[in-house]
Amino acid sequence: MPPSDHRPATLLPGGAVFPHRHLTGIAGLQPHEITFLLDEAEQWVEANRNRAKSDRRLDGVTQINAFFENSTRTLLSFEIAGKRLGADVVNMTVAASSVKKGETLIDTAVTLNAMRADVIVIRHMASGAVGLIADKVDCPVLNAGDGAHEHPTQALLDALTIRRRRGNIQGQRVVICGDILHSRVARSNILALTALAADVRVVAPTTLMPPAIEAMHVTPFTDFDAALEGADVVMMLRLQNERMSGAYIPSTREYHRRYGLTPERLARAQPDALVMHPGPMNRGVEITSSVADLPGRSAITEQVEMGVAVRMACLDVLTRRSRGVEGWA
Amino acid sequence: MKTLYRNARLVCPATGERDGSLLVEGDRIAATGVVEAPADAAIVDCRGKWLAPAIVDLGVFAVDKAACIAGGIARVGLMPDQSPILDDPGIVQRAAASGKPELWVHPIAAATRELKGIDLAEMAINAEAGARGVATGRGWIADSGVMARVLGYARDLGLAVIAHAEDSGLAANTVATAGETATRLGLPAAPAVAEALAIARDLMLAEQSGARIHFRQVTTAAGFDLIRRAKARGIAVTCGITPAHLLLSDKAVSDFRTFTRLSPPLRDESDRVAALTALADGTINVLCSGHDPRGPEEKRLPFVDAAPGMSGAETLLALSLTAARSADLSLAQVFDRLSRQPAKLMGLDCGTLEAGMAADLVLFDANSPWQIVADAMVARAGNTPFDGLPVEGRVLQTIKGGVRLTA
Repeated sequence: MPPSDHRPATLLPGGAVFPHRHLTGIAGLQPHEITFLLDEAEQWVEANRNRAKSDRRLDGVTQINAFFENSTRTLLSFEIAGKRLGADVVNMTVAASSVKKGETLIDTAVTLNAMRADVIVIRHMASGAVGLIADKVDCPVLNAGDGAHEHPTQALLDALTIRRRRGNIQGQRVVICGDILHSRVARSNILALTALAADVRVVAPTTLMPPAIEAMHVTPFTDFDAALEGADVVMMLRLQNERMSGAYIPSTREYHRRYGLTPERLARAQPDALVMHPGPMNRGVEITSSVADLPGRSAITEQVEMGVAVRMACLDVLTRRSRGVEGWA
Repeated sequence: MKTLYRNARLVCPATGERDGSLLVEGDRIAATGVVEAPADAAIVDCRGKWLAPAIVDLGVFAVDKAACIAGGIARVGLMPDQSPILDDPGIVQRAAASGKPELWVHPIAAATRELKGIDLAEMAINAEAGARGVATGRGWIADSGVMARVLGYARDLGLAVIAHAEDSGLAANTVATAGETATRLGLPAAPAVAEALAIARDLMLAEQSGARIHFRQVTTAAGFDLIRRAKARGIAVTCGITPAHLLLSDKAVSDFRTFTRLSPPLRDESDRVAALTALADGTINVLCSGHDPRGPEEKRLPFVDAAPGMSGAETLLALSLTAARSADLSLAQVFDRLSRQPAKLMGLDCGTLEAGMAADLVLFDANSPWQIVADAMVARAGNTPFDGLPVEGRVLQTIKGGVRLTA
């Protein structure tokens, strides 16, 4: 891989380093903008570990977490991130069953806007839904996952984890294995990691692999063992329950046989290869406990930790203009 | 009552393009070409503009008079997917009258009861009530046995079967064509072969029964190849297309714009190019608008939740001319696809400028430039994927049965 010739973010003045109003996806971000968010997150990693001084930079900022799809971990992570920065965090969770039609979606967006939210975090089951809301509101919108489209903060926290553990992202061979077809985590990760010049391989049975995935500059594999050769990072995806029972794969037992990450399989990767999973894990399906809990190799709990830091960085950066931070106003 | 349209550029699918006059007597064309003005005739000076048979728009989903008048359309073939569904003679009869007096509405009755694809609908009684064909509606009939019986029964009655070509096993719950765009956007997608699969089955069944079959929209290279070969073998098959699939590829979906959500979905660029070839070589018989106005409550939604369809009646002529320039079609050939062939398919005595035909005419300026603006459309809704596109070709006057219509 040739080295990136992008201008370092530090050379750009003030807000020019991140000229976006919303974070709806990794698509549309320049490599130096991704790096900037990662750099910003570093300070929060340290701060969260020390918990010495509390930061109140989002004092008086109203953050609404509007989740139209069930989520525990991501919602909690965004809530903690906002509160650590002093924001007033309000959670709005709408059961998936009661919102089927988008009229409610637009109406909800307009309602949230009328309540003068300062930043809105949205998760929705339809691809593109977050972008739709972003067009209708006056404040920054943060995508916490839309359908099978994007989940940008997940990709950022994964990139941060890799960068901290492996020292660099460029040139790392990252193997992403699982339900690529329905995974927004996979899409955002592919975009972020390829932008930062990683060598990305995706692994899935053909029934769970999107067509034309090569167009996203990754190498597709159906054979997990072959893909693992020389891997620096192995990223497993969660297999959703509704895909397990025959429509896309015959059974979890067969899936585990072909795509489960076991110690024997992991041995094909680099001796120090990192194991990652966005959670929640199906232990014994896509990953065995002995791998998930492998000391020194599994970064799964670290990913959760990086998640809070990355979300703090995103909330901070996106609200800088409205808060009138010097150079950003 | 006689009217002479003089000083016109006459565009006739049957006789070609020439300068001349056209005499209308009552609701019929009396003479075309070099015509002396009868003493009692009103004279309309066409100022050298183009006069062609009015468009016969086969397969619209709404009766939208204003859009049709603005688009040079005097007759529409109305799809059975209405509320209530056109599967009963009373409903068919009411639909047939619903455009009066400005628009001829020719109902296409449902091929199966409630369009469910299970039981045959009353085709003969519905035909007596005014139906000009039967259709599978927006969907495909999944059960091959049912489709075989639909085709056989329609053949007995001399009715054309208008089919939608998308294999429902592959296309169910999808909103896009499998490819790079759908992959990047994370949209549920069906492979393009879903169309050719459906066409292949229906062609075999049509050949077996000898029925006339018309695929309302064919949009893929593989689909056109099947139609081309079937025609060469002598099967009574025709097919149509809308300008959207001639001018846009699935790249247009990239920003989740729901006005580009169509059925069948927009295809790969290679299929679009194949469509232009198929238009040029005569594989495509019919250019239609697929007019399906959808307001914000059905379009201002996430892409997967939005209703498919575009508002196309008033842009049909201009966009057809745009496509015709790429496919190197003459004006007479364009109106063959817009007027004569759809009229023939529905058994109507219109679609050319020959004497004795209904005096359904469109006066237009083939060179007049304008810009499509969704918000300024007269249709019931402005859901066009061509918002902002500069086009050439403007309708000046739509004439139905000798009567000049005003929007």
